[in-house]
Amino acid sequence: MTFTIPIENGNGVKDAEADSQRTLYPYVTGTSVVAIKYKDGILMASDMGGSYGSTLRYKNIERVKAIGKHSLLGASGEISDFQEILRYLDELILNDNMWADGNSLGPKEVHNYLTRVMYNRRNKFNPLWNTLVLGGVKNGEKYLGMVSMIGVSFEDNHVATGFGNHLARPILRDEWHEDLSFEDGVKLLEKCMRVLLYRDRSAINKLQISKMTEEGLTVYEPYSLKTFWEFSAFTNPTVGAEGSW
Amino acid sequence: MSQSSVDLPPKGGFSFDLCKRNDMLTQKGLKAPSFLKTGTTIVGLIFQDGVILGADTRATEGPIVADKNCEKIHYMAPNIYCCGAGTAADTEAVTDMVSSQLRLHRYQTGRDSRVITALTLLKKHLFSYQGHVSAALVLGGVDISGPHLHTIYPHGSTDTLPFATMGSGSLAAMSVFEAKYKEGLTRDEGIKLVAEAICSGIFNDLGSGSNVDICVITKGHKEYLRNYMEPNPRTYVSSKGYTFTKKTEVLLTKITPLSERVKVVEVAGEAMEE
Repeated sequence: MTFTIPIENGNGVKDAEADSQRTLYPYVTGTSVVAIKYKDGILMASDMGGSYGSTLRYKNIERVKAIGKHSLLGASGEISDFQEILRYLDELILNDNMWADGNSLGPKEVHNYLTRVMYNRRNKFNPLWNTLVLGGVKNGEKYLGMVSMIGVSFEDNHVATGFGNHLARPILRDEWHEDLSFEDGVKLLEKCMRVLLYRDRSAINKLQISKMTEEGLTVYEPYSLKTFWEFSAFTNPTVGAEGSW
Repeated sequence: MSQSSVDLPPKGGFSFDLCKRNDMLTQKGLKAPSFLKTGTTIVGLIFQDGVILGADTRATEGPIVADKNCEKIHYMAPNIYCCGAGTAADTEAVTDMVSSQLRLHRYQTGRDSRVITALTLLKKHLFSYQGHVSAALVLGGVDISGPHLHTIYPHGSTDTLPFATMGSGSLAAMSVFEAKYKEGLTRDEGIKLVAEAICSGIFNDLGSGSNVDICVITKGHKEYLRNYMEPNPRTYVSSKGYTFTKKTEVLLTKITPLSERVKVVEVAGEAMEE
């Protein structure tokens, strides 16, 4: 019979192998997720890329998934940690369904659960390296919230993760308003995703939009945005000074 | 060979002689003084008749706002202006220096300055200091070969762009430009877009704030709109003004009009240009 001898070290009494299992850096990462509340529910957009450092390794990763009947979860950051979170939530929803009491976990409850999970992992210095966006509609009430890898959590009318914080949030603050129609909401999301495509090096031109309303979830087919590169200063930057740059 | 008696000018660049001593002092616990940075949003764009430059007006010293209304759009030549982000002293000094070099050059050649002249002078200087002169600039102007807009980074690299943003608020301003810029904007559309981009930096970036300055340069004409927009006025201003507390006893009131003691003479033609 083998047993591990607890080793006293700076982090307290712990197994010798435990240290090597903590998350130190992310490996395969997804970039920003942008989400808004609109008239009928929640719209969430993300691109489908998974970067391995500076290589664009995966181009078909769905970073927005449905949770239960009422919620959408989008994640940026480490993809393997996102998959782990999906497993935790699977178990949560399964147990909830087994109660068969006519009630089901709504977005507020799932958001709270995720906040607790993220915060407790961070307290053990072993974070799940993700920023999560949780949105949904239950009983006509729209909900949109965010949890970061250190456990910071809040809810708002529009959220963005990663680079979206700097590039998408100014646009959303200016142009979001209550009761956006579906078309206006998609146009607003596309505006943000286009700026991200231009200015975020880990973004790819293949985005997927998901919609959650009282009726249920719709995930649209991935598509790409039109971009414009024909500014005259791009095509001929050395006007008046041939040979310079 | 005979000894040369000509005194060579001192070698350029920084002298790093005190670095070891400074390192030792910081190890002993001395905190080095922090720089006055401009933590900024500066932008420029090319419209159909020329160039529009914009800047916010907040200068920060760490977490404190040192100057609520500083000027970040610097004069280079009658047809060239330069916005500066980074260490305030560096942007001031480097733009002043190149501005005087340009003026001497104008006297020598008898022609208007070109934007690429300013560009080359700035990038040569910044490169030779290997990034230690922390000045990130947006240089714009209209010369004989048309409107030009360039960005210059502290290490000396440059870009030629139709629209540009620099500073801590550059991402907020760039998101506005990327969403709304198109070629052939009119003057009013351009000013509106620049003001929108600067406001985006002012409200979404903590290092930028206060007012919006704008400079419009067209062929043969420039307009410096200082404090074009003031979106952060004092919220509560007392209507009564300031009065001393009632308990203050006025002992003596004596008013001396200064015009009796001093002679004010107007000297014609010596007003400093800018």
